[in-house]
Amino acid sequence: MRRESRKRGGRKRERKRKKYVRREEERQRERERGKERERGKERDRERKGERRGERETGERRRERREEERKKEEEEEREKGEKERAKEREKKREKKREEERREGEKNGRREGEERQKAREKGKIENREGWRERRKRQGEKESETEREGERERKRGLYKVYISFVEVGPANVQTADYFKGVASFLIVSVGGTLVGLVFAVILGFITRFTKKVRIIEPLFVFLLVYLAYLTAELFSLSAILSMTFCGIGANKYVEANISQKSRTTVKYTMKTLASIAETIIFIFLGISAVDKSKWAWDTGLVSCTLVFILIFRAVGVVGQTWVLNRFRLVPLDKIDQVVMSYGGLRGAVAFALVVLLDGKQVRAKDYFVATTIVVVFFTVMFQWLKVPRSTSRKPTINEEIHERAFDHILTAVEDIAGLQGYHHWRDKWEQFDKNYLSKLLLRKSVYRKSELWEAYQKINIRDAISVIDQGGNVLTSARLSLPSMASRASFPEFTNVTNYLRENGSGVCLDLQVIDNVPGAKVEEDMETHHVLAGNLYKPRRRYQSHYSRHFMPLGEKERQDREVFQRNMKYRMESSKSTRHKRHKKERSIKKRRGSDPKEESAEKPRRNVSWHDKEPVLVPVDSEDDKAEHSEKEDDEGITFVARKIETPKPRPKSVPSAVEGSSSPLASPPSRPPSVDVPLPWKGGVGSPPPCVSVEATKIIPVDLQQAWNQSISSLESISSPPAPPTAAADAVHPRVSALSRIGTPRPASYTPSSTSSAFFTTSSTQLVHGSFLFPEKSPKEEEEEESFHELQPLMSTLKPPPPPAAVPPPPPPPGSAHSQARRKNPRVFLRSLVSAPPAGSTEPRSRGPTQL
Amino acid sequence: MGSNKSTIQYIPDVKELIEETGFSAAHIQRLFERFDLLDRDQMGTLRVEDFEAIPELAMNPIGDRIIGAFFSSGKETVDFPTFVRVLAHFQPTDSNRTKNSSQEPYNSPNRKLQFAFQLYDQDRDGKISRAELLQVLQEMLGMQVTDEQLQSIAERAIQEADLDGDDAISFDEFKKSLEKVDIDQKMRIGFLS
Repeated sequence: MRRESRKRGGRKRERKRKKYVRREEERQRERERGKERERGKERDRERKGERRGERETGERRRERREEERKKEEEEEREKGEKERAKEREKKREKKREEERREGEKNGRREGEERQKAREKGKIENREGWRERRKRQGEKESETEREGERERKRGLYKVYISFVEVGPANVQTADYFKGVASFLIVSVGGTLVGLVFAVILGFITRFTKKVRIIEPLFVFLLVYLAYLTAELFSLSAILSMTFCGIGANKYVEANISQKSRTTVKYTMKTLASIAETIIFIFLGISAVDKSKWAWDTGLVSCTLVFILIFRAVGVVGQTWVLNRFRLVPLDKIDQVVMSYGGLRGAVAFALVVLLDGKQVRAKDYFVATTIVVVFFTVMFQWLKVPRSTSRKPTINEEIHERAFDHILTAVEDIAGLQGYHHWRDKWEQFDKNYLSKLLLRKSVYRKSELWEAYQKINIRDAISVIDQGGNVLTSARLSLPSMASRASFPEFTNVTNYLRENGSGVCLDLQVIDNVPGAKVEEDMETHHVLAGNLYKPRRRYQSHYSRHFMPLGEKERQDREVFQRNMKYRMESSKSTRHKRHKKERSIKKRRGSDPKEESAEKPRRNVSWHDKEPVLVPVDSEDDKAEHSEKEDDEGITFVARKIETPKPRPKSVPSAVEGSSSPLASPPSRPPSVDVPLPWKGGVGSPPPCVSVEATKIIPVDLQQAWNQSISSLESISSPPAPPTAAADAVHPRVSALSRIGTPRPASYTPSSTSSAFFTTSSTQLVHGSFLFPEKSPKEEEEEESFHELQPLMSTLKPPPPPAAVPPPPPPPGSAHSQARRKNPRVFLRSLVSAPPAGSTEPRSRGPTQL
Repeated sequence: MGSNKSTIQYIPDVKELIEETGFSAAHIQRLFERFDLLDRDQMGTLRVEDFEAIPELAMNPIGDRIIGAFFSSGKETVDFPTFVRVLAHFQPTDSNRTKNSSQEPYNSPNRKLQFAFQLYDQDRDGKISRAELLQVLQEMLGMQVTDEQLQSIAERAIQEADLDGDDAISFDEFKKSLEKVDIDQKMRIGFLS
């Protein structure tokens, strides 16, 4: 076909051209077939070359590429040394001194004088910088990990900006600017964080009705702090951290429990996700050879020098610190600190973020960092003695706590309190201003409410205690978790039994019998009890509080209890000293400032001690005092559940103890209006004789009974510790006290009526029958003690005459049947709820530890 | 500084005190000021009431025992040397004062333990009886703990520590039970001057 057409065509040019075309086509075909034919040099080359695509251009490109490659290789070979030196120089800026030295060597090898000179200048600057950095670091030694991370971030920023400027353009002054900007960046970031902390605290104050957005606020505001700091090129991480630190206390107290859980776990989840991702990334890039370049010298030197310099820094700083620390950091601590420098995910992330164009040695850095991270993470060669693994023995636990108390006391005696001076100042400021501004009112006043709540609790509990074995009762109340406590009906039985026998020994035995497990308790449980209940010395208090866990309440309770006991003991041991009392008052005024709780705690001072087990200690008021007290019974502001019992006392004993249940009118609780007329005993003026303790009275009580007795007394006292305020005329009534009374008084009225009567009321009425079981509601402790003493009397063989009938306040109106029953019923319900779950209203503050006496 | 010196001159037997207790002059000086402050009626001695006037001590569950530790038996008052000597128990041990071997320094772990021990051992019979332990426990535990719990705790503690079966803890047993505790660290106060 083609030949024919060629013949037909006739024109040479055309033919030639066509020929050419044809040849080309043929050649193409040939190529496709894979046949080799010689068609000139060009085509030869072409054939050898790429078989497809545009031949000429392709070839040229290929040549160009080859040329370039060769050139690059040559260049690299030529400049390899130089470049590496440069890279190292940059790396030196970012990393530590060892690189600097290595780089110096290279630099010298390079032989460029000018460069060397410049380098030296830089080194000097860098050293100054590093020193300063260390000094800064020292200050932060507490929040080491976090602080260090941020410091690194801050430094990283500065370095990056240097790199962006270009190493050649960095001059001496720039280093100082770098230091300055580092300071500004970190301090500014902190300030921004604190500002946002205040805002956050303030906002969460008002979210009570929209709990759902609380976690949102927490996250968003903190993120806003981050963004704001970033906006002003301040340290964003610092601002975030300080926002969290600053707002912690207030937000924690403000937001609801659920929100807190949400925040907590969201944070944890995010954190672990982020960490995992980084480590995945780390693992992948460790395998991916294109991401890094190996340099044995760099890597090994980095490793060695990292360890050395870190150790040097730590040892130096701990040496300085140890001069001030009470408990010096020992060798192990130092090793841990020097080894535990932050060379993990963050370092890696920062290195990866380097700009490869500006930092051309990035690949080397990456390799080095990976190695360092792996080294740090993988080689956990350190053997730290696991002191925590050994459980302390009970002895140790007790004695160590005792030591702590001793130390605290001796510090107080030696007057070494200056130590906490600034902290106290800050707490004062916080209490006076910050908390008022940032805490929800309900939270802020929580401690008062808490006390009131506690009081109500205790009052109700006492009504139970009245019924019978107080040991039992308090055990029930305080340790609801401990199984095998006697149930309510059981212990009414106990009561009956006790009353019949009238022996304290029986009480104890009974208790123990009822609680077979008590003796067999695991060590665990003992430890638990110890840990939970040992009084803590001052220092261990935590400053955190929220309405959900009321550690403040705990502390106050402890202080109050201890204070009462001590004071009682003192009163007891030296009854006659007016002088001392005077002093005490003075000292109390001096007491740690404005804390009202302490002042209120002061009032119980007059109490007689019960805490010593010496048989002589049980206090009983003298007859005069009794009379006095009984007169004063009327002024009780607090209506007391047990009080009702007193009124029915004259009541016919006809009611059988077992029967009275709901129907007995005796138990009807009259709410006694506080009468202001009669002065309370302690308000009678200082001149009135202090409540005397008649020693012989204590002797009456059998030793075995005393514990039980003491307990009931103690619980009584804890109720009344702030004397019932409504009548407080002479005593300056502390606002809190009055608040308490306000809260406390209306309580009985708030009881919701219900028809069923409780078991313990049964017992109470039973007691009524006996007549000696008077429990008039009195706020003054002396009275209560006295009363409780009376209460116990039936148990003892020696009966004291019940208070003169005249002294007994007018009996409350005859028990309104339904109403009174309702009231009766309630306390029990309340108690129950104490044991199992806190009641909704008043108990809200404490979600834990249902009851404390 | 001049006033310091003059104050310290008023202190009787300063030299011996420094020598004996290992406090520095500055410490003594400071302690004396404190002593003076506590001594309200300027008698040169402290009485129990003076101690009790320290407000924080009223919050200390075993404060009274500690106060008691300052008073050697039968004495009503504490003079300054005694005061300092008691406080000397709480110096850190490692102050290189082992040189005068004639008497064990106050701040040796042994003396520290003895100090603690006598807080328990109120009747000074050299043993912590069960009752004594119970009493301390009662003071140190919150009111939630019931008596039978207290008793079982005391029981257990005594069982743990009692090696010779006399149902009481002697000083040796006491030491033994605390041998794993770093007494020096637990019983020291930073007397910062």
